[in-house]
Amino acid sequence: MINLALKDVVKRFGSIEVINGVNLEINKGEFVVFVGPSGCGKSTLLRMIAGLEPISGGELIIDDAVMNNVPPSERGIAMVFQSYALYPHMSVYKNMAFGLETAGLPRKDIKVRVQKAADILQISHLLDRKPKALSGGQRQRVAIGRAIVREPSIFLFDEPLSNLDAELRVQTRVEIAKLHKEIGATMIYVTHDQVEAMTLADRIVVLRSGIIEQCGRPLDLYNKPANRFIAGFIGSPKMNFLDIEFAERRVQGTVFKLAAEEIVVKTSEDMGAGTKAVLGVRPEHITTGKTAEVKLGTLTVSHVEQLGGQTLAYGRLEDGQSLTIVLEGQRAIATNDTLNVGIAHEHCHLFGQDGNRLND
Amino acid sequence: MRARGPAGAGFRRQVANYSFLIPWLIGFFALTVGPIATSIYLSFTDYGLMSPPQWIGMENYVRIASDDPRFWTAMNVTFTFVLLSVPLKLAFALAVAVALNKGLRGLAVFRAIFYLPSLLGGTVAIAFMWRQIFSRDGLLNRGLEYLFGYDGPGWVSSPSTALYTLVLLAIWQFGSSMIIFLAGLRQIPQDMYEAASIDGAGRARQFFKITLPLLTPVIFFNAVIQTIDAFKAFTSAFVISGGDGGPIDSTLFYTLYLFQEAFVNLHIGYASALAWVLVVIIAFFTALSFLSARYWVHYDD
Ligand SMILES: Nc1ncnc2c1ncn2[C@@H]1O[C@H](COP(=O)(O)OP(=O)(O)OP(=O)(O)O)[C@@H](O)[C@H]1O
Ligand SMILES: [Mg+2]
Repeated sequence: MINLALKDVVKRFGSIEVINGVNLEINKGEFVVFVGPSGCGKSTLLRMIAGLEPISGGELIIDDAVMNNVPPSERGIAMVFQSYALYPHMSVYKNMAFGLETAGLPRKDIKVRVQKAADILQISHLLDRKPKALSGGQRQRVAIGRAIVREPSIFLFDEPLSNLDAELRVQTRVEIAKLHKEIGATMIYVTHDQVEAMTLADRIVVLRSGIIEQCGRPLDLYNKPANRFIAGFIGSPKMNFLDIEFAERRVQGTVFKLAAEEIVVKTSEDMGAGTKAVLGVRPEHITTGKTAEVKLGTLTVSHVEQLGGQTLAYGRLEDGQSLTIVLEGQRAIATNDTLNVGIAHEHCHLFGQDGNRLND
Repeated sequence: MRARGPAGAGFRRQVANYSFLIPWLIGFFALTVGPIATSIYLSFTDYGLMSPPQWIGMENYVRIASDDPRFWTAMNVTFTFVLLSVPLKLAFALAVAVALNKGLRGLAVFRAIFYLPSLLGGTVAIAFMWRQIFSRDGLLNRGLEYLFGYDGPGWVSSPSTALYTLVLLAIWQFGSSMIIFLAGLRQIPQDMYEAASIDGAGRARQFFKITLPLLTPVIFFNAVIQTIDAFKAFTSAFVISGGDGGPIDSTLFYTLYLFQEAFVNLHIGYASALAWVLVVIIAFFTALSFLSARYWVHYDD
């Protein structure tokens, strides 16, 4: 069942168009994450859904009703701000109760709702404190609590974890995922942290310069990025991109030239000889040794990072193209070592010169 | 010797450092401490400039408290002025600041225009202008007659309205409070209002539940400054009443009464005592504001 729909939504600031026609449907209970580089319009899109930013064109539909001109409080949404935006002069209780008091709910009901939200978030002991007497993580919970008491059908989060330290971030991330399971509401979550996106999302929407580049399940985006931009954006460390040249078609697939190697990629694409293309290979999919399906040549290592569980090696192929590889475990690799590197067919991503994916 | 050497050098350096304060110290003692001490002394004397001061103990203060109807008139006028002009001025300044903060085009121009009266307001020239505007055949009455055919009274020459023209003049000088309010409003983060609008709060509720509480430190500051200023108001009453606090003492500000006692009647000793009573009154109200601040001023740190 569709909870929220965006139809050709456009946003202009003056004459500058920052959202250029977004179409998206979000189902009830779905956890959707907007990701994209800074300035791509994630916050703007979220704020238009919230009603904090007027919509310049197109339609916003929530539960079958056009919401373009409905005030924020009547859209059935709640928002958690990056800055938390807690009212500094009110206690935690008052912060959470403010919206309900505004709506004119009886005191008893307000108390029940606030208490319930406080229990879920384990902040019952903080209800009498002012925000200034809370830690960053506690403020974050209060901000989420303020959203929960409204019992919205859609939660909006704008980079809610970006002010927390790394450890708390992971912890809160897990809690938000639990919360989503518990209350089952639709959640729209903006971040530029792709780990948050991968772990939280039912569906990821990747934005770039105001348009949706790709929209799909996290693993689909990882396994079959629609273009070079998505491929580079999802996954860490970033995918390697190698310039290759079309050689010929054979029965097994298409043959490309990469430095001295001939590599065969399984695709039906036919191009003129010498046509340039890009091969994308994720660092974690690259293997060492001579048995790989697709041989990438020899890598001269220029730098090694030992993470304990993994070993990262940076280096260059014979023709000077740089390549990063991630190997499981602790490997005895040193600078200036040479490695034979290769990859399986299924892990090859082929992109044309326009950046679009060629193989399937 | 070895131990004293550096200490001696340190002392010399300290002397050098402190010597830079000398001009200020001279000013401080000659222009501040000296006159203060002198006026305390004089307030316990009978002194009329012609003969040396005569020590009379508490007599001046006793007379102020028990046997001086003009003192009570002055108190009445001054308190009326303070209680009317300060809240009205602050309310007006806040209203204008809120309006300007809505992102009006040409904000800088309006800010300058509204601030101008504060720069000019304390001057004798403006008070004269005010006197002209509110006089029997002044600008105000001309306007009233032209627009409504109403023949107004001489506002400054009628005892029932003279004080209110002074209150108006004080309100007209709302600019400096407004500038401070504007700066305070700028400090309130925009997302506070966004959160409130998602919480369903309309303009009025946002103003009373978000803006006002977050602005209380600034309101407090403005209120203290303006109250002290209002207690000390002098120039406007002096000019408009022609120096005597008239008509029939209706604009006899405390400071004006003090001035008359000191420099017209030459009761320097008595005037000194009056001055100290004013100091105590102002100190009392300032202390009271600071004590009350705990209950209504919201500090974020
Ligand atoms: N009020 C505004 N007036 C003019 N331009 C704006 C305004 N708000 C945002 N923009 C522009 O719109 C674009 C999108 O901004 P937005 O804040 O949505 O980016 P974002 O994806 O949230 O970035 P970030 O990850 O840095 O938060 C940016 O180019 C920004 O400069
Ligand atoms: Mg943003």
